[in-house]
Amino acid sequence: MPGTQTLVNDFISKLKKRKIEGSQATAKQTAELLRSVISQTRVPYTNQAAALIQSVKAVGERLIAANPVELAVGNVVRRILHIIREEDLSLTTAAMAGLNLSAVSDDEDDADRDNQPVLSAAAIAAASRSTLRPPSLQTLLEDVPDSAAVPHTSSSGGDSEGKSKSADKSSRSRKLKHDVIEAVNELIQDISTCHEQIAEQAVEHIHQNEVILTLGSSRTVLEFLCAAKEKKRSFRVFVSEGAPRYQGHLLAKELVTRGLQTTLITDSAVFAMISRVNMVIVGAHAVMANGGVIAPVGLNMVALAAQKHAVPFVVLAGSHKLCPLYPHHPEVLLNELRSPSELLDFGEFSDCLDFGSGIGAPLLHVVNPRFDYVPPKLVSLFITDAGGHNPSYMYRLIGDYYSADDLVLQRRATSGN
Amino acid sequence: MGAQKKGATARVSEDSEVVAHHPLQAILLADSFTTKFRPITLERPRVLLPLVNIPMIDYTLAWLESAGVEEVFVFCCAHSKQVIGYLGSSEWSSKPDFSVTTIEANDSISAGDALRLIYERQVIDGDFVLISGDTVSNMSLTQALEEHKERRKRDANAIMTMVVQQSKPSPITQQSRLGTDELFMAINPDTKQLLYYEDKAEYSKGFISLDKTLIADNPSIILHNDKQDCYIDICSEEVLSLFTDNFDYQHLRRHFVKGLLVDDIMGYKIFTHEIHSSYAARIDNFRSYDTISKDIIQRWTYPFVPDILCGSSAIKLERQGIYRASDVTLSRSAQVGSFTVIGQGTTIGNNTKISHSVIGEGCSIGSNVTIEGSYIWNDVTIEDGCKLSHAIVCDGVTMKLGAVLEPGVVLSFKVVVGEQFVVPAYSMVSLIQQPTQQDSDEELEYADNSSGIVEVPSDKLNGEISSDLSNTQYGPTPELGTGGVGYIWSIFEGGHDEEWRHSVAPIPTDKLAKIMLDKDEDEELLTQGGNALVEELKSDSEDDDNEGSRDDYASFEKEVEATFLRAVHENVKVDHAVLEMNGLRLSYNIAAVDCAAAIFYSMMKLAVESSHSSASELHRNAVEVITTWQKLLKSFLHDIDEEIEVILKFEEICLESAKEFSPLFPQILHLLYDKEILQEDAILRWADEKEGADESDKVFLKRSEKFIQWLREAEEEEED
Repeated sequence: MPGTQTLVNDFISKLKKRKIEGSQATAKQTAELLRSVISQTRVPYTNQAAALIQSVKAVGERLIAANPVELAVGNVVRRILHIIREEDLSLTTAAMAGLNLSAVSDDEDDADRDNQPVLSAAAIAAASRSTLRPPSLQTLLEDVPDSAAVPHTSSSGGDSEGKSKSADKSSRSRKLKHDVIEAVNELIQDISTCHEQIAEQAVEHIHQNEVILTLGSSRTVLEFLCAAKEKKRSFRVFVSEGAPRYQGHLLAKELVTRGLQTTLITDSAVFAMISRVNMVIVGAHAVMANGGVIAPVGLNMVALAAQKHAVPFVVLAGSHKLCPLYPHHPEVLLNELRSPSELLDFGEFSDCLDFGSGIGAPLLHVVNPRFDYVPPKLVSLFITDAGGHNPSYMYRLIGDYYSADDLVLQRRATSGN
Repeated sequence: MGAQKKGATARVSEDSEVVAHHPLQAILLADSFTTKFRPITLERPRVLLPLVNIPMIDYTLAWLESAGVEEVFVFCCAHSKQVIGYLGSSEWSSKPDFSVTTIEANDSISAGDALRLIYERQVIDGDFVLISGDTVSNMSLTQALEEHKERRKRDANAIMTMVVQQSKPSPITQQSRLGTDELFMAINPDTKQLLYYEDKAEYSKGFISLDKTLIADNPSIILHNDKQDCYIDICSEEVLSLFTDNFDYQHLRRHFVKGLLVDDIMGYKIFTHEIHSSYAARIDNFRSYDTISKDIIQRWTYPFVPDILCGSSAIKLERQGIYRASDVTLSRSAQVGSFTVIGQGTTIGNNTKISHSVIGEGCSIGSNVTIEGSYIWNDVTIEDGCKLSHAIVCDGVTMKLGAVLEPGVVLSFKVVVGEQFVVPAYSMVSLIQQPTQQDSDEELEYADNSSGIVEVPSDKLNGEISSDLSNTQYGPTPELGTGGVGYIWSIFEGGHDEEWRHSVAPIPTDKLAKIMLDKDEDEELLTQGGNALVEELKSDSEDDDNEGSRDDYASFEKEVEATFLRAVHENVKVDHAVLEMNGLRLSYNIAAVDCAAAIFYSMMKLAVESSHSSASELHRNAVEVITTWQKLLKSFLHDIDEEIEVILKFEEICLESAKEFSPLFPQILHLLYDKEILQEDAILRWADEKEGADESDKVFLKRSEKFIQWLREAEEEEED
């Protein structure tokens, strides 16, 4: 697949040079790239799932290594691996149902899923595909059929559709790839519409005459606030400027053009202003499996201030930002140190950086981290495209989206290199 | 040959595209045409030397690629095979939207030659980026390019945009943080046009001179000494043809830029683009190698930093700026200090201390080693108990038990330092013997004025050095202790006391103190005209031979005259005039005697030039001038010899420049005596000296005979 190879290399070099900014764009492009990888992969007659998984993994490892800080890449790779496994499983079960096979499934992927509740083959064959997974809390609470309740969770939606058709098709080989690509398409769709999905919930959270505080700039937050505004809610927004990149300035500008009452404050004024705030709404870079958040620098401070004044701290995150890893995993690169020139002008300080005199070592060290880690206990609520969740519920959501087998992907990647 | 073929194919593909879209091109000079990195560059070209474990050219190419350049022509000269080989095996040869073409030439000795050759190949069409292969940057070219194109549209003569960056030179050593000399640039603040460029200003001269027309042509000029030349130029294709037209242009700055600035026939203009938040710098010497390495480690060059740029081996950035590859074997008791990079596969022994250093791949470092501020490249073996401070250690070097490197040492490839041997500070050690000094090739002098070494023809280096190495038997040379292998290069003449300027080691404090002291003295002399100092200086200046300074004296005289006239017209106080004259005198290094004569000359000239119709009026003028400015003249007359000099000068004036004075000679002599400018002793001694001279010389003596007679009598009376 020479065509894909150049695409992959191109994308890797873009990732390396930090040319792609923002999790959403990265996630989307990763998914699109992997889709073309899948479509170009030649599938053998037997064990197609393994072949697909292998080729996706091979590309995925390189993508993750190219920018280990951008966790969305790894998330999407794992999501797609999960999709392949799910589709394969659903086809297997459908086939088994059709052939009325013996009780023991010989599918290797099925055997891998030993962390899931063990079900008899008869049950698998009989039950609908979606009951295989432990039912999500949402389904249980809302008491609606799973496939209808969460049409936006890609895998389940794609699965149920694919499954019904698969039963009567005998040629599995083309079917699997086709189904996978369809499911990936849905994932891409999900990623690109996650802002709207999240924004739909805005009116439930923002009430009349409230004061909302946010830091820096996040498209999700912008859409969220604007959605509430469109629903005729009247509220005020405090925007903390988000040094050193000052993206808060851009957000304030954008909010004002959409007719929202906006107040711009410095980051250091957050604590002084927090007592007047009803809710803190921020975006995130990634949400870890324990409910901790990797977020733009300065947010931990805001979260602590919010806790001190019992102000709800709400994090908005698309489902592609859910990372199945824990922050203490050694392969998680939590932070990235950016150039000191964002903080100060090189020319102005060039005489402080003259190594020709003195001890020959720099006395001035500028640290410019990109992210903060906000521990789960400081977060009141996550709003994802699948609804609002408590931090302690994150691991369940992650269980919906990822297979346990794929978590080690990155470790393999680092040791392989 | 291969390069040419590649160039040709590149041109063909380009032609087909040229209608649709014009690719941005760049010329990368993979040769510095200097010898500042000797002896290392005898074996490997500068662009392939590792900078924080990555070859320099990779930084340059990575930047070019991210800046949107699509076609790069790499010009290789010295060690061209190595450069071509490296590029061929690297990732750069297989990028889809980024073509790297090598152009090989072994007989080029300067950047000028390189550009002429590229012009002949006709591969460049349109604007291009001219850069050297040892430049590190992360600036965005978009704005600079747009500005350049915009200017070109308005004025076809705007052929070059130079990138500059603010960087204050050290006030003590007069060199920038990159170890380059203080650079003076005059820039028009509105148009950003570069008007003056001087990188070799002699500080001792104490002034720089700007052409007066610059001020006439430009409403305002800002003279900068805090700008650093980044050596990134955006050029139009005319630049190449200019090099071809002016076949004597060698150096990009010293010849080309300065040549364009003084040449007002063609009217070509150079503009500057200043960058603020981004980084750009060129590695020009060992000092800048050190500085830029530290800048990279401190992430000023983000995203071109080791943990991102390093492809295959995963390097992680830890606290305090420590970069560590994934499979480093580090002893539990080893202390790795801040701002240190440790490459893959390196092992470090017990109780070893490392700080502010870069250690390459596959090194083995023993126990109880101290490494401070050093650059250790790949596969180096350092045995127990060694000490390194501020040194560069190239590939394959072995340091035996307890060897010590003092600050500023450079160990070239595969050198072996013997047990317990102490390599003295600032030594250059190489397996290759120092090339003998040849002065035949004057052409190369421009390359590096401080070194007398002449480039060994590079084609010879390419092929033969490896065989040289294998043929020569390296016995235990005593130069590097027992078991040591290598030659310590003797420090070339002229560079001896300057070696600390360009070394990796920081400038020793005693050196700094000494420079500071010298400078203070200089400044005092320049600003104060106190008699005591003048007295003290006189003894120095008299020792100087004045043979070669005829021209100096003539220009000095003119300068004095101008200053004096200004003083007269602007009613400057006498004291201030004295100060100014003293300043002039010091800057021209002229003896007080000549100075007095020059001042007297300008006074007389003023008197002559003021309107007068008769001798008596002239006399009145002279009286007036002398009365007003007697103090000025007197402050340069301290003893009889000087006074005699003034009389002789007066004679000369009367004979040559202002004959009107000749009838007035006795009167003015008398006047000078009256005003106590001249003592009677002086006049009498002048008379005595003239006694024995030719008749023609005695004209004035005879005229003032009466006056002298009177003086003699007065003296005798006193004695009585």
